[in-house]
Amino acid sequence: MSFQITDEAIDPVARKAELDHDSAGACATFEGWVRDHNEGETVSALEYEAHAAIASAEGDRIIREALDRFDVLKASGVHRVGYLEIGDCAVWVGVSAAHRGAAFDACRYIIDELKQRVPIWKKEHYQDGPSGWINAVTGKETPASDVDS
Amino acid sequence: MNITAQYFAVFREQAGRGTEELTTSATTAGELFSEVSSRHGFADSLERCKVAINDELASWATPLNDGDVVLFFPPVAGG
Repeated sequence: MSFQITDEAIDPVARKAELDHDSAGACATFEGWVRDHNEGETVSALEYEAHAAIASAEGDRIIREALDRFDVLKASGVHRVGYLEIGDCAVWVGVSAAHRGAAFDACRYIIDELKQRVPIWKKEHYQDGPSGWINAVTGKETPASDVDS
Repeated sequence: MNITAQYFAVFREQAGRGTEELTTSATTAGELFSEVSSRHGFADSLERCKVAINDELASWATPLNDGDVVLFFPPVAGG
């Protein structure tokens, strides 16, 4: 029932244990992975930075909101920081509930709010050329703000 | 008053440092953001950025107090 920042690989199978509940009939999880392209650029790796204490506190707040708003039993999340390679899991969110509707809705709510509110930043390293911070206006060509994972 | 400013991600790179001690006449977090934005060439608008004061997220209208540690966050991009 908490949100964590980690510098270690995320293990989605192990994380699911946090959602165990005898009344749960549904489990929805979301994984954000590092992909090899964005806005026409070939991405070779991603670097994530966070303010860990504030990110954890704000993530916890989002999870509490999800537990209040939706008919769910458990919810949890983790975001990785540091240097990640293509295919790595950058973020994991999981929710258990009696029924699937609330599980999907709460999972979607948590990942959407995390992306908007939690102090985590992403720098893309490109195959051809310099790296770039996503969402920030850097004075050079700026990638679009609406990217997944 | 004296404030410690901390910069993250692209702001740290643009400022060329993670922390600096400032003497300012800014009365709110938002006023201080305008001041450091012009000094370091931050191009993002206040609406897209966030601020924390003494390790708690705060609004741009929050009044500053002598000795505050003000953390400037560029647009977030988790996920």
